[in-house]
Amino acid sequence: MGYHSEKLIIELNKKAKQLRLDALEMIHERGAGHPGGSLSAAEIVTSLFFHHLRIDANHPDWPERDRFILSKGHASPLLYSALAHCGYFPVKELHTWGHLGSRLQGHPDRLKTPGVEMTTGVLGHGICIGAGLCLAARLKGLNYYTYVLLGDGECQCGVTWEGAMIAAKYKLSNLVAIVDYNDVQLDGPVHEIMPLESLVDKWKSFNFAILEIDGHNIRQVLEALDMAKEIHSQPTVIIAHTTKGKGISFMENKAKWHGLAPDNQQYAQAIAELKGDIR
Amino acid sequence: MIKKVSVRKAYGEALANYGVVNSNVVVVVADVSASVQTEYFAKRFPERFFNVGIAEQGMVDSGVGLALGGMIPFVNTFAGLMLRAVEQIRTCVAYAKTNVKIIGGYAGLSDYKDGATHYSIMDIAIMRAMPEMVVMVPADANEAKKMVPLVAEYDGPVYLRISRAETPLVFNDDYKVEIGKGIIIHEGKDVTLIGNGVMVFRCLEASKILAKEGIEARVINMHTIKPLDISLVKQVAEETGAIVTAEEHSIIGGLGAAVAEVLGKYDPVPLERVGIADTFVETALNYESLLDYYGMKVNDIVQAAYRALKRKKRGEKVEGCSET
Repeated sequence: MGYHSEKLIIELNKKAKQLRLDALEMIHERGAGHPGGSLSAAEIVTSLFFHHLRIDANHPDWPERDRFILSKGHASPLLYSALAHCGYFPVKELHTWGHLGSRLQGHPDRLKTPGVEMTTGVLGHGICIGAGLCLAARLKGLNYYTYVLLGDGECQCGVTWEGAMIAAKYKLSNLVAIVDYNDVQLDGPVHEIMPLESLVDKWKSFNFAILEIDGHNIRQVLEALDMAKEIHSQPTVIIAHTTKGKGISFMENKAKWHGLAPDNQQYAQAIAELKGDIR
Repeated sequence: MIKKVSVRKAYGEALANYGVVNSNVVVVVADVSASVQTEYFAKRFPERFFNVGIAEQGMVDSGVGLALGGMIPFVNTFAGLMLRAVEQIRTCVAYAKTNVKIIGGYAGLSDYKDGATHYSIMDIAIMRAMPEMVVMVPADANEAKKMVPLVAEYDGPVYLRISRAETPLVFNDDYKVEIGKGIIIHEGKDVTLIGNGVMVFRCLEASKILAKEGIEARVINMHTIKPLDISLVKQVAEETGAIVTAEEHSIIGGLGAAVAEVLGKYDPVPLERVGIADTFVETALNYESLLDYYGMKVNDIVQAAYRALKRKKRGEKVEGCSET
């Protein structure tokens, strides 16, 4: 397992903050989007794109690159911000998000946006698609990893578990699923709408290796990603406990902020809170 | 004696044979390999064969992942069961334009013994409405065989409909097929019979009966419903002035509808659609009787041709009438 310096952790926390600022700005500017689930996944996406993934923005089609699938496609502003800061397209293009003619669609479109591996937005597809990519890697003799970030609500989709069975049957150890377990979905708390517990036991019984972490703790995220590479006989799921709307006091744990853009006053407060946040 | 050959077997063997030529071809199936005859492929290329169990959505989506990884997945189940994965096909195959080949086996009423749950009478309508999707229906075993490499080598989503039945051979081995190009298989000037799948043979039979009555019916094999060969439809409309479509599908949304859309846009000529009325279909003891009972008899095509011709004549009368 790699050593992660304090300096790296501080840098990545700064990046995560930048991604949150970008996502909020994009959602506010557009007057639409999904702040709650974007904010909850900031440390996970940051750790992947700015440290862990083997990717090259100058060669988005490099056959051996790691694949990242944002199964929870509604967190698109977070993905777009990460891709822009990695150099897949200019950061200023983030302002075009959702405009007619923009390369940045409401939900990710693999044909339009460089770096987007798969078109997503309808929930539940990620695990199956990730499994297929891992099978392809095996057939092609390539050793890339496929990372699938899914929302906890996606664990309510039957097709997620079809994918889990496929990944387990074929022992796809190069598949790493990460569940952004913020316990809030569009209509309310996940544990009320359709309880998932015990989520760990569910994945375990589907023959996944389980890692359970605080999804806002960069060090824990990095260590879990490293640890997943040490597991060679089965796929891994990282259950990342997170807070929906993380970092913005009035958004945290509120289903209302699943898919709502802040007004000017709310936006000003949100930015102030984020900028004043010392980690 | 008319030679009947199994379409599914021809498909299965062709897929296995093509697997030798193209090592990127992989097969995903949802627990119906013995039925849709992908077992030939499975035996020869076990490492490129994935049976995912009764998980149609998982089958399509894992096929999508394989396609993203550079493989050419043929995903297989009964056409009727494929409907369970329509959202996967819309979002992850058609919209994302992944190179996935959707193979709808046991298509139409060919699984005659299993009933409406297992028939596919609306699959063409659904697949045809999806942007980016190519939709093809082979007329016989030979055409199914020829379509396998064609479908594999086309870069993009394809829906290929495969019958369970042994159907009369229409084509020999020299036959050539091209995506999006309808084929005139019998010349005639009075009316055109446009069919696909098993109905192509029945259109040919109908043309023989019509010939005895002095009616020269042109017969077209419209194996590709999307992209439809619009110029051919326009041409036969112009040259014969009356059209009958014949398909093993609901008359809503299939070949007949596709032809009607073309005629509606350009110069309409009388069109009669032979197919399944807007109804679910029962089981029967054999396939042919089921086709016959539900309005797809050779004589149904003949009668439709008479109706189209009658309307055509009426149209000519109106045209020549100076009373108005």
